[in-house]
Amino acid sequence: MTLLAIDNLHMAIAGHPVLRGVSLELAAGEVLGVIGESGSGKSMTAFAVMQLLPDAARCSGRITLAGRDMLALDEPALCAMRGRYVGMVFQEPMTALNPLQTIGDQVAETIRIHDDRGQDDALRRAADALTRAELPPERFPMTRYPHELSGGQRQRVVIAMAIALRPRLLIADEPTTALDVTTQAQILSLLARLAREDGMGLMLISHDLAVVAGLADRIAIMQAGQVVEQGPVSLLTRGLTHPYSRALLAASTHQPARDGGDDGDVILRVRDVVRDYPGRRTLRGRAPAFRAVDGVSFDIRRGESLGLVGESGCGKSTLTRAILGLEPVQRGSITFRGQAVHPAMGNDLRAGMQVVFQDPYGSFNPRWRVDRLVAEPFHLAPVAPDVARHRVAEALEAVGLRASDMQKYIHEFSGGQRQRIAIARALVTRPDLILLDEAVSALDVSVRAQVLDLLADLSDRLGLTYLFISHDLTVVRAITDRVMVMQAGRIVETGPTAQVLTAPQHPYTRALIAAAPTLPTGDAA
Amino acid sequence: MLRYILKRSLSLLVSLLIASVVIFAAVEVVPGDPASYMLGMNAQPDTLAALRDELGLNGSLIQRYLGWVGGMLQGDFGVSYTYRTPVAGMVADRLAVSLPLAIYALALSTAIAFPAGIWAAARRGRLGDTMVMGATQLGVAVPNFWFAMLMVLVFAIGLRWFPAGGFAGWDKGLWAGLHSLTLPAIALALPQAAILTRVMRSALIDALSEDYIRTARAKGLTRGQALRRHALRNALIPVLTIIGMQFSFLLAGAIIIENVFYLPGLGRLIFQAISARDLIVVESVVMILVFGVIVVNFAVDLAYAAVDPRLRARE
Repeated sequence: MTLLAIDNLHMAIAGHPVLRGVSLELAAGEVLGVIGESGSGKSMTAFAVMQLLPDAARCSGRITLAGRDMLALDEPALCAMRGRYVGMVFQEPMTALNPLQTIGDQVAETIRIHDDRGQDDALRRAADALTRAELPPERFPMTRYPHELSGGQRQRVVIAMAIALRPRLLIADEPTTALDVTTQAQILSLLARLAREDGMGLMLISHDLAVVAGLADRIAIMQAGQVVEQGPVSLLTRGLTHPYSRALLAASTHQPARDGGDDGDVILRVRDVVRDYPGRRTLRGRAPAFRAVDGVSFDIRRGESLGLVGESGCGKSTLTRAILGLEPVQRGSITFRGQAVHPAMGNDLRAGMQVVFQDPYGSFNPRWRVDRLVAEPFHLAPVAPDVARHRVAEALEAVGLRASDMQKYIHEFSGGQRQRIAIARALVTRPDLILLDEAVSALDVSVRAQVLDLLADLSDRLGLTYLFISHDLTVVRAITDRVMVMQAGRIVETGPTAQVLTAPQHPYTRALIAAAPTLPTGDAA
Repeated sequence: MLRYILKRSLSLLVSLLIASVVIFAAVEVVPGDPASYMLGMNAQPDTLAALRDELGLNGSLIQRYLGWVGGMLQGDFGVSYTYRTPVAGMVADRLAVSLPLAIYALALSTAIAFPAGIWAAARRGRLGDTMVMGATQLGVAVPNFWFAMLMVLVFAIGLRWFPAGGFAGWDKGLWAGLHSLTLPAIALALPQAAILTRVMRSALIDALSEDYIRTARAKGLTRGQALRRHALRNALIPVLTIIGMQFSFLLAGAIIIENVFYLPGLGRLIFQAISARDLIVVESVVMILVFGVIVVNFAVDLAYAAVDPRLRARE
C-alpha cells in the first residue's frame, strides 16, 4: 500500500528553482534511501513533505501522505498531521533540542499537542517512547536537560519525539552524519527496528551511499533537484545506469593512485606524550586532572602518510595541537626535524609544519582576498613581496586553481575550492609535514575524491609528509600508508593501513571496523 | 544551584568592597583638601578646622575608611554639611520616591515591550513589524523630557487627569502616590520600552531561527505555539540583561524627569549636593546607588540561572 506518493513536485524558493519534477513513492513498512550531494534537493524534498518550508517557497505537483493531499491542506490541518502521521529526525542532534526544557517535557509535548490527556499521561507515554528509543528513564531520568546527554543520546531523544505517537512515516534527514561511527551504527539499527516494529515507512536521507545501502529497501539518487535514478537497493551492486549515479558510486570508494611511503628519515618523533587538562577548581581545591593524551609514542618518516583514527573525545585533536606546538605537554617529548616542539618554539620550525582543518569556510577571514589568505603563513618565514606573490601563485596552481584567483574573496569559491585554498595556504611555506585534521570530512563525495587525488599527487610530487586525522575509515584507507587507532588518549593499535583494516588485532579496532557502514561489493561503476 | 548563588554572593561582596574603596579614594585621597573644596576660597581657618574635624580628616587613611564603612554598615551615613540633617534620613525620603518611580517605570516599559516585541517578531518583515519598529525608532530618538512636557500639556493642563508636578506623599495612600508618579513613570518608560522592544524582537528572531524551533514545528506545533513555548524563554537572557541595566539607570538617571515634575528624588538630591559641594552627601548617595546597581545585577544573575539550566550546572 502506498503511504507516500510524491508526483512531479516542483518547488522554487523566491523564484529560484530547487526541485524540478521529483516523483517518489514509499510503501508502509518500507525504507527508502534518498541519496544526493549538498544542494541536490534531498532535504528540501523532505521539508516539502512536512510542508515546513521557507515563506518564499512555492510548490506545485502533488504530495499524498496517508491519503491526504499535503499541498491542499491548510496550516491547522498540517499541524495536525505533523508529529502524528509523520515524524522527523534531523542531522544536528546538538541543536535540535530546546536547551531549556527537560527531555521528558520535550517528548511529552508531541503527545500533548495531538492527544492531550494531561501531563501525567503524557509523561508516562513519553517514558515508553524513550524506552523504545533505547534511552530508558531508569538510566536516563526524564528530568535531564539536553546538555547532560551526548550527541547519540540526544539523537535518541529526537527519535523518541518523532515516534511517540507511532506515525505512519518517519523522515530521517542525515540522522547520523554528526555522530561517531559506532554511535551511527546503533542509531541506524534503532531506526530500522522501529520502522519494522511499527510498520512505519522510513525515508532515510543521506549523502553517504554506504549508510543507505545497509538499511534501505529501495534507493533514489538525486542531483540538482531531480531524481536521476531510483529502484531496489540491489541497483548498487547490479549496476546503476545513470552516469551521475555511477560517478557518485565510484567517488564513494575512490582510491587515489599513490606511490606509497618512502623509507625516509624520521621527521617527527613523538615519545611518551602526556597531555593533562587541569580539573575544575572547586571550594575544596582542584578536581583531578583530565588526561586527554596518555603516553603516546610514534614516528613519522619523510614522505610517509600516517593516519590517526578514533572517535570524538579520544584525544586526536589534543594530540594535533600538541604536535603543532600550540599547547604544552606534561610529560614526554615531541621532536620535529630533530628540534624540540613546544609553545615557544621558533618560527622557522613552525613554518615547517602546516595544518588544514575541517571547515573550509570557518578558517578564512571573509574580508581578505585569496592572495592575502594564502600568504598568511609567511609571517613565520618572511620573504620579499614579489617572491611571496610568486609562491602564492605557484601554490594555487599546485592545487588546481588559477593564479588569477588571487584577487577573489573566499565566498566566491565552492566548498571544494575553499579546501584547495586551505591546502595552498598550507603549502606556501614549503613545509615538510602537513597535518590534515578531518580535512575532507565536510566535503561531498565527488569533491572529496578530487581533493584526495590532489593530496596524493602533491605528496608524490613534493615529497610531502602527512598526518591524516579522521574518523572516516574509508578515507584513511584511501590516503595513508600506516594507521594508528586511538582510544581514550592511548594508541591501541598501529600498523600498515591495509593490514590493520583487514585484520584488526585490538577489540576496539574491530568494533570500529564492524560499525563502519560499507558498500556491498559488486561490479561497481 | 546553591554553588552558583554562593559564588555570585561572593562576587557581590567583592564588588561592593572594591566600589567602596574607589569612591572613598576618589573623594578623600585625591590631591586637594575636601574641607577647603567644600567651603570655598574664603573660608575662615577655624570653620575649616571644624569641618575637617567633622569630616574626620584628621585620622589616618585606614581609620577614616573603616570609620566610613563601619558607619554605613550601622546605617550612619554622616550628617549633611549643607542641610545639617543625617544623610540616612534624607536618602530614605528620596528613595521613597525614586525606588517606586523606577519600579513603576520598569513595569510599564516591560508591559509595553514584551507584547510589542513578540508581536513584531511573529510578523517579521510585514506591516505590523515595520510599524512597531518605526515607533521604537521614534521612542529611542525623542528625549524623555520632551515626552514629559508633552504629557504635562495634554494630561495635566488640558485634561486635568494628573497633577503637573510635585509628589503627594505616601501618607495620603498608595493611590495618591501612584497618581502623582504616573506621568513621570510613563515619560521614563517610553524610551526604555522602545529599546527593550527592539531587544526582545531581535532576541526572539534569533531564537526562532534555531534548530529546536524546526523540531517543535515538526512535532505539530503552530508557529505561535513554537514561539511561546520554545523561543520566548530562550530569548529571555538578553532581555534580562537589558532590564537590569535599565533599572540601574532609572534609579539614578531620572534627574531630568524629576526636575520636570518637581519630584524630590535621588537624582535631584545628588545634583543639589554636587552644586553645594556637600561631599558627605555625594559620597554616601553614590555608595548607595552602587549598592543598588550591584544588587540588581545579582538579581539578574539569579534570574539567568532560573531561566537556563546550563548555567546552574556549570557553576
